[in-house]
Amino acid sequence: MKLQEIIKQCGFELKTQNENLNRDVTGGYSSDLLSDVMANAKDGNIWTTLQTHSNIVAVAVLKNLAGIILVNNRVPEEGTLAKANEENIPIMTTKLSTFEIVGKLYELGIKGN
Amino acid sequence: METKFDKTVEILFELKLSDVMRRDIITIGPKDKMSVLQRTLQKHRISGVPVVNDGTLVGIISIEDLIKWLSDGGRDCSIEDIMSKNLQCLYADQPLMHAVKKFDQFGFGRFPVLERESGKLVGIITRGVIINGTLNRLAMEYQDEEIRQYRASHFFGDITADQKNVSLKFKIAGKDFDNAGKASTTMKKNLKRLGIRPDIIQRVAIASYEAEMNVVIYTGGGSMLYNITEDKISIKVTDNGPGIDDIEKAMQPGFTTSESWVKELGFGAGMGLPNIKKCADKMDMQSKVGVGTTLKIEIFIGEDDEAARNY
Repeated sequence: MKLQEIIKQCGFELKTQNENLNRDVTGGYSSDLLSDVMANAKDGNIWTTLQTHSNIVAVAVLKNLAGIILVNNRVPEEGTLAKANEENIPIMTTKLSTFEIVGKLYELGIKGN
Repeated sequence: METKFDKTVEILFELKLSDVMRRDIITIGPKDKMSVLQRTLQKHRISGVPVVNDGTLVGIISIEDLIKWLSDGGRDCSIEDIMSKNLQCLYADQPLMHAVKKFDQFGFGRFPVLERESGKLVGIITRGVIINGTLNRLAMEYQDEEIRQYRASHFFGDITADQKNVSLKFKIAGKDFDNAGKASTTMKKNLKRLGIRPDIIQRVAIASYEAEMNVVIYTGGGSMLYNITEDKISIKVTDNGPGIDDIEKAMQPGFTTSESWVKELGFGAGMGLPNIKKCADKMDMQSKVGVGTTLKIEIFIGEDDEAARNY
């Protein structure tokens, strides 16, 4: 499923100015430990986290992730957004908790890897 | 096929009419005689011309109009009596895609192109012009891609020496979380340019990031030295302390000495060193408390190696 479609279906608020919303999302990963994401997320995954600092962008770039979803109404720090725009990593926000949003994504067919 | 098609469509949206249209427009006046039209079309080997009066576009006339006029008897009269005045125009700032749609819609052979503000005739567009413009752009991009790929994959092959290696060094500032990860993300791009295989880049990126974060989180700063040869990528990470007391313990998954504020940021979960080990073909760490730590990581570029299979 394309990222664009997921954003629409889940009602995410897109915080970055991205051009690469046409990417196919290969699956998802949920974690707030960056090392865990580094070790276990897969190419093209969408990532849910409550971390908002700029290092989430570095992790997403290094793992070639499709995008980052910030849960529980969290907003990205300013530096995070600047970096995400520069690296073309989409960051979205939702008011739902990790548990709820993962359930929703799973229903859409976005599975873990 | 699909990617090729997508690329063509992309180009049709990217290119503006002003990029491809013919600017050396041959025109004719409304008071000119039809016999002039015949000579003009013959001389320039074209099938239609815009009719312009004092710089203003007033109509368009084509070879079909000429044939119809001839079959009706060919009585000499002015262009303005025959030309079509119901004009369909395009604007120079429109994407080429608009022109393609318009050709489909009207089936005409050509459209005059106007400048949007002044309404002045600035060019003419035909199907041939669209095809040429698109092919030229495709050829250009293909050439760029070829050159880029050539440079990358032949980087080592083209340079002759007994031993070849590329060394790149980065300074890492301690506790600077804003810039943390920069060395690793930059290196990922560099390795891509060097034409290194994606699965190798991925392993280098993970090992490099974890090592970089260790320097940021636990030390006062240090450096990372990347060394790329034909058969391996080595990373040497050096810091100036505090040093690790028990390396064996530090290597255990989940063991950490980090403070709680670091953990809250999602770091310091005791997974960094085990992650590096998983990605590396060789890993060696030497440390002295009060002096510093040196971590050496090697990832082989060979076709088939154990870590790559297990990864």
